[in-house]
Order: sequence, then C-alpha cells, then structure tokens
Amino acid sequence: MTRAIAVAYALLLYGFIFLPVAVLVLFSFQGTLFPIPPFNGPSLRWYTAVLGDARLTAGLGNSVVVALISSAVATLLGFLSAWGFARFHLPASAFLRGLITLPLTVSYLIIGMGLLIFFNWIGLPKSLLAAGIGHVVINLPLCFAIIYSQMGDHQANIERAARDLGAGEMKVLLLITAPMMWPALFASFFLSMTFSWDEFVISFLLTRFETTLPVEIWNLLRAGLNPKTNAVGAMVFGVSIILAIIFELTAFRKRPQ
Amino acid sequence: MTALVSIDHVSHSFGPTKVLDDVSLHLAPDSYTVLLGPSGSGKTTLLSILGGFLNPEQGRVMIRGQDCTAMAPAKRPTATVFQDYALFPHMTIGGNVGFGLRMKGVAKAERDAKARAMLDVVGLAAAFERKPHQLSGGQRQRVALARALIVEPAVLLLDEPLGALDLKLRRQMQDELKAIQKRVGTAFIHVTHDQEEAMALADHVVVMNHGHIEDQGAPERVYARPATRFTATFMGESTIVTGQVANGMIETPLGRFPAPPDATQVAIRPEHVSLGGPIHGEVSDVVYQGAFRRVTARVNGIDLLARLPAETMLSTGQRVSLGIDPAHAIVLKA
Repeated sequence: MTRAIAVAYALLLYGFIFLPVAVLVLFSFQGTLFPIPPFNGPSLRWYTAVLGDARLTAGLGNSVVVALISSAVATLLGFLSAWGFARFHLPASAFLRGLITLPLTVSYLIIGMGLLIFFNWIGLPKSLLAAGIGHVVINLPLCFAIIYSQMGDHQANIERAARDLGAGEMKVLLLITAPMMWPALFASFFLSMTFSWDEFVISFLLTRFETTLPVEIWNLLRAGLNPKTNAVGAMVFGVSIILAIIFELTAFRKRPQ
Repeated sequence: MTALVSIDHVSHSFGPTKVLDDVSLHLAPDSYTVLLGPSGSGKTTLLSILGGFLNPEQGRVMIRGQDCTAMAPAKRPTATVFQDYALFPHMTIGGNVGFGLRMKGVAKAERDAKARAMLDVVGLAAAFERKPHQLSGGQRQRVALARALIVEPAVLLLDEPLGALDLKLRRQMQDELKAIQKRVGTAFIHVTHDQEEAMALADHVVVMNHGHIEDQGAPERVYARPATRFTATFMGESTIVTGQVANGMIETPLGRFPAPPDATQVAIRPEHVSLGGPIHGEVSDVVYQGAFRRVTARVNGIDLLARLPAETMLSTGQRVSLGIDPAHAIVLKA
C-alpha cells in the first residue's frame, strides 16, 4: 500500500517536471499547423523549417560562439582566481572569496541591468560581445567555486615538487596544476556552456541586431504558437541535455588515486 | 673544514611559537644525516628551510659554499622527497622522473635514457610507462627518490620518506635507501621521529627537541653516551635516577657510579642490567618480547627497566637481585 503511494508520488513528481518538456518535444513532430492535440505526426517539417530559417540558424551559431568563448574565459579566470586564493595568503581572503561568489545570489535581471548601464556609460554598444561578457560575469563565480573546492594541499605539495625540480610558475601552472585539475576545469567549462546556452535575460538586454538563440525564440513566440517554436525548443533542450550529461560525467567521475 | 651544508644561527617562528631557536649545523659531504626528534621539535621546519620552501627569519644557510638562505627551491642545489611523494598524477613514471631534466631543457631522447637509468638504480626499470596510481606505496617512494636524484642535487632532502609504509616495507626500504645513498654518493638529509630508523640509516644523527639541537654525532656515540637527558630518553629506553656527587662518585638509589663534579643524573640502559647483583627489588612488570623479557623492578622507589634473557622465569611480585654494569652507566649533567 505504502509502496503504491510512493510509486504514485514519484510518477506525479517526475510527471510534473517532465510532462511539459515531453509535450513540447512531442508536438515539435506535429504534422499540421498548430501544436495542439490531436497529434498527427510524426513529421520533420518543422525541423526543416527551423533549419531553413536564416534568423534562427544565425541565432544558433551566435549562441554556440558566445557559449564556447564565454565559458572558456570564465573557466580560465575561475581557475586563476581559485589558484591564487588556494596557494597564496591574501589579505581578507575569506571576504574576497565571498565577494567572488556573490553574483550567484544576484538575479540575472539585476546583473543584466547593471551591465547595461555600465556598458552604456563606457560606450560599449549592445552586441554579442556585451552578452558574452555578461555570461562570463554569471559563470565566473560558479567556475571559481567548482575549481576552488577541488584544490587541496596535496596538490600544493605536487606543485612544490615541480618548483623544486626547476619549474617556473608559468610551467607549474601549465604542466602541473592545469592537467591535475583537468576534471574540475572540464566540469566548469561544460556547466558554464549549459548556462550560457540557455541564458535569456542578459542576452535580451545586452544584444541588439545579432542575438542568441533564446532571444530569437522569444521573437518567434511573440508571433504566436507554432510547431516551429516547439522544434527549436526541442533542439535547445537536446543540446542542454548533452552538455549536462558531459558535465555529470566529468564532475562525478571517480578519479583514480 | 669544508662543510657541504652550513646552517648558521637559524631561528624561525610560526606566530608566537619559536620553532627553531638559534640552530647551527655543519654537515660533511657524502654523509647520511638523520634529523631525529618528536613532532614539534623543528626538524621538518629545518628541512623546509634547507629546501627553500621557507625563508628563515634569522640566520644563514650555505650549501657548497654558496649562500642559499633566500634562494628559490628551483635554483638551489637541493632536491626533496616529499612525505606524500607528490608524484605528478597525470604523467607516466618516465615523465615524472624525467621532469627535472625537462625543466633544464634536456632533449626527450636523452632524458628518457637517463630516467630509465635512474629507475634502474631504484629497481623500477619496468615501470617506465606506468602511471603513479598503478604503483604501490613502496614503488611510489622509489619513483620520488629517482625523480629527485636525477637532477644530481648536492643534497637530497627526505621528509619522513618511510612514514606512509608498513613496518616490514619500511625496514626493507631503509636498507635500500642506505644502499642507494652509498651508490650515488649524494649527501642525504632525512627527517624522522623513529629512532630505530635513525640508528639504522644515519652516519650522523642530529637529535632535536623544542627547536634546538640536543645532541649530534655518530649513532653509536649518541646512543651509548647521550649528551642530554632528552637524548637518553628519546634514543632508546633508559631508567633515569638523580644523585649527589661526592669524591668523584655519584650516589644514586641504584648505586654509586664514577662521575664528574657537575653530574646530576644517571641513565641506565635496560640491556646493561643483568640478573644477580647487589641491587634488590621486587618485580612489578614482565613483558615477553620474543628475543628477551622486558622486566620492570621496583628498587628503592625507582622503576628499574631491565632487558633479561627470554628464558628468565620471573613473575610479578617476586624478589629479584640485579646488577648494573658501571662502565655503561650514562652520567648526565644538568
């Protein structure tokens, strides 16, 4: 009896989470003009329509470029700051570490508005570059937290051994620390990719003519529901899933030793 | 005298704690030196200062006649074997051992050849292509040794190198360390808190306590004639009694021993106590140790420790007569 209730509860819970996505994906294969029941597919006509839409494919390309570059920059900066905090005695270290991770608690809307005002002030126009910088701002704290948590004293000793054998600081970072931290760097990079790929608010506020895929989807939605939005949504979701799986595999893989 | 390593008046504090207090030490080339002391004695700090990982607040460190006090670890002629080995986990054993040569710009073919030769010295020639996590603790230890020796340091520093190994492997590695040191001829400075390890390995043992050197010299001398009470208790077991000196003899509850006028205490090693003699006491503890029996006897209010033949049949509460060889009694000054 209790078991049946537990199963029912689990089904309800997962249904609550996944049903909307399942419906979205299902009706992306709709054969007719409207994404409403009855389902009369499967058909790939809306996927063909998406791939034939110059604005959407451009948005897709922009999203990929912004995600790749902003994630690489956020990972690099997160790595360097984590290394600095882990290896050197800095004044007010705990306070400064808190300050680095603080943006995690601030809403994207506030960060986006702040950046908008700041970029306006320094004369940086709305662009993919501005959105990319915004993505670095939201992802850097996360990269820092992941990488910092993986930096232990054991690795400090390994770096010391490399210095003892004649390695300069640059070589220690490149040949020892970065390869040793590879799983954490990889995980940070893919988590950043996931967030940048899905991010709407900052991209919406900071781009104008060229924009990312989520903003293009929003433009499409303003014209009303259409199976094309389902198709492009399903594609975005698919990419997110792949990135999340890569992140899980790298972050939670059991490491030897 | 041309010492290989000269430490002159080195002092260092961590916050309010003085971990090294005016330490001076001169070490000869080719020697195996062991820094021995309990935790907190400053031995590891001294090793860090030698390796360049810590700059002393006061004093000077000379290695091969060169002032190394503030020189970076990469620049000084030392190499360190770390307690946790600190091997590079992402590199092969060959890559680990060849790293020091790579940093010196030695071409790959040459450094691989040298790394193989050095692995051969430590008996691990077959492990060249493997990764550190595929090796056992003892094998990693050897890789760490080979990696440090390949840069041909003037001094090799070993920080409790056998601490992570089990007892049997530890004794085996001791013999090997000593053999490798004699083969390569590099001066080794080895930190440990294990006095048996110190005696087995050292040409020169330095006993440290509370940031200063208590005693140093050949292990035989330090054991047989310890300079201080601390050394007498830390290097092996002993019974210590206080006494009064009169007419060149020190009067103690365990008898009279020849002593200089400033003597205050006498230490007796358990192996210098034998059955039969002028000292009468009551057995308070007997522990069978296989090769011998460790017997504690209450004599004039003193617990006298004796190492007696294993076949000795004694039990607690029994009266016993013991003798002390006066030639081996260790007379200590204040």
